[in-house]
Amino acid sequence: MNSRGNIKDFLFEKTTALFALFVLALTLLLFALLVRESLPAIRKIGASFVTNTTWDPVLEEFGALPFLYGTVVSSFLAILIALPLGVGAAIFINEFAPDWLKTPVSFLAELLAAIPSVIYGLWGIFVLLPILRDHFMKPVSRVLGWIPLFQGPVYGPSMLAAGVLLSIMIVPFILSVSREVLATVPKVQKEAVLSLGGTRWEMIRIVIGQHCIPGIFGATILGLGRALGETMAVTMVIGNRPDIVLSLFQPGYSMAAVIANEFTEATGDLYLSALVEIGLVLFFLTIVVHLVAKLILNRMVPEARKGAAR
Amino acid sequence: MKSISFRRRATDRIMKTLFLLSVFLVILPLFLIFFDLLWKGAKELKWSLLTDLPRPVGEPGGGIANGIAGTLTLAGLAMAGGIPLAVLSGIYLAEYGKGVLASLVRFAVDLLAGVPSIIMGIFGYVLWVLPMKRFSAWAGASALAMIFIPIVVRTTEEMLKTVPVPVREAALALGIERWKTTLFITVRTASAGIITGILLAMARILGETAPLLFTALGNQFWQTGLDQPIAAVPLQVFSYAISPYDDWHDKAWAGAVVLILMVLVLSIGARILTRERS
Repeated sequence: MNSRGNIKDFLFEKTTALFALFVLALTLLLFALLVRESLPAIRKIGASFVTNTTWDPVLEEFGALPFLYGTVVSSFLAILIALPLGVGAAIFINEFAPDWLKTPVSFLAELLAAIPSVIYGLWGIFVLLPILRDHFMKPVSRVLGWIPLFQGPVYGPSMLAAGVLLSIMIVPFILSVSREVLATVPKVQKEAVLSLGGTRWEMIRIVIGQHCIPGIFGATILGLGRALGETMAVTMVIGNRPDIVLSLFQPGYSMAAVIANEFTEATGDLYLSALVEIGLVLFFLTIVVHLVAKLILNRMVPEARKGAAR
Repeated sequence: MKSISFRRRATDRIMKTLFLLSVFLVILPLFLIFFDLLWKGAKELKWSLLTDLPRPVGEPGGGIANGIAGTLTLAGLAMAGGIPLAVLSGIYLAEYGKGVLASLVRFAVDLLAGVPSIIMGIFGYVLWVLPMKRFSAWAGASALAMIFIPIVVRTTEEMLKTVPVPVREAALALGIERWKTTLFITVRTASAGIITGILLAMARILGETAPLLFTALGNQFWQTGLDQPIAAVPLQVFSYAISPYDDWHDKAWAGAVVLILMVLVLSIGARILTRERS
């Protein structure tokens, strides 16, 4: 198949190439605009931007560390909850569930992934927050309030609430990628363990230990990437207070949330530029995480991800 | 043959139960959310919700008609630009994509897909709002298009690659020109898959809020032009939800029901389309 000798074929190929080039140009433009608008802040604030803990737009003091901290902590909390649930559910669906159950369950998980994040936020404010506050945070604080992780007054909006809500949002991704990873295990190996008299659980333990750890790690990182950039749901439940506190029951703030909340109010060029710089940092953070996940998964699941791999 | 010891069997049982429990815990929020949407959304779910403009707090009635129109306008604009761009790029990647350009584009698409949507909002802001000095539908639609494009490029490429090579060869052997083969045979064969990708991407951008906050901004009234701020259902849900008024909270739930219905119709429609194909 070649396009030589036919002018129309040549034109068609070059037209599609032009559009593809345009997509590439858009990506570069996105990056260039972020850098251009961050430059004033980068020049003026320098490295203290990511080490300073004070965010005071009125005094033009812009330290983004509280947001970095909030983003990272809420995301890790989300992973901590979502990982065992997602992998556990994937194992049940793939290894134990009867065939007729597989389609509906994965359909429901897909629905969970399709719910817009503002609806998660709405539900978070009016349903999840009161439940967490009254049935988890208050009792825990009464008994274990002396532990730094659970210290302080209980309001509701908190790092914990953000982590829990995020975990609900990323669990479908961890679930579906874990299922893909589990499906790559050669059937012979599973049958080998079973035929030696192993129980199902022993089979799973051995096979996962041998085969699936890197893939599940990739799934985790992919979920982490989602959580880091999630905006609306986090904004609505994290409490939006730019402090670094160890207690998970206290309000925090995240990078995406501060951009969402303060962008339209940003008076002054430096303020706006500092917010765009937060966006730039978030951009790099999510991209590195996303590419690492891809790299791992492409190696692990070549069949399922052929399209994206090349 | 030695039978399996009690301890091993018990561990097996316990682990199985734990796995089953995690399935329940994963799915449970879905039912809770749908239940709450219907339960709390029912109060304000009236015909006027779909036909009226928002009213000030305290005044009964009022709807989100301008938001529905705005959401459809924004998605329509984003798709009008995004579909040709993304589908043709997908065709390039699947049919001709072997060189350096193709690897670069694939990398860029992968990267774009991983960028948080709020950052696409900054993109729309810097591209439109800064120079024009006002929030606009154009800015919002550009931000949405940046989310839409990578999804559709990817699904288009993947779907085209599922068309067997012999189909192309058969067409070419009949003397059909290559571009006609691509457009009228390969793309047509994969069309259901490509449309599925478009529907899913549309469902995704319909519900996006973060990229609209400082691009489309929102509007209490009907839009007057694409260079003006424009309302959107997700924005209305957000601002009603964080307001301190109970009757606005009810409106937030009702708006969320409208939003989820739009998203679900598209997602489920896409699924049915894929199922019929296979």
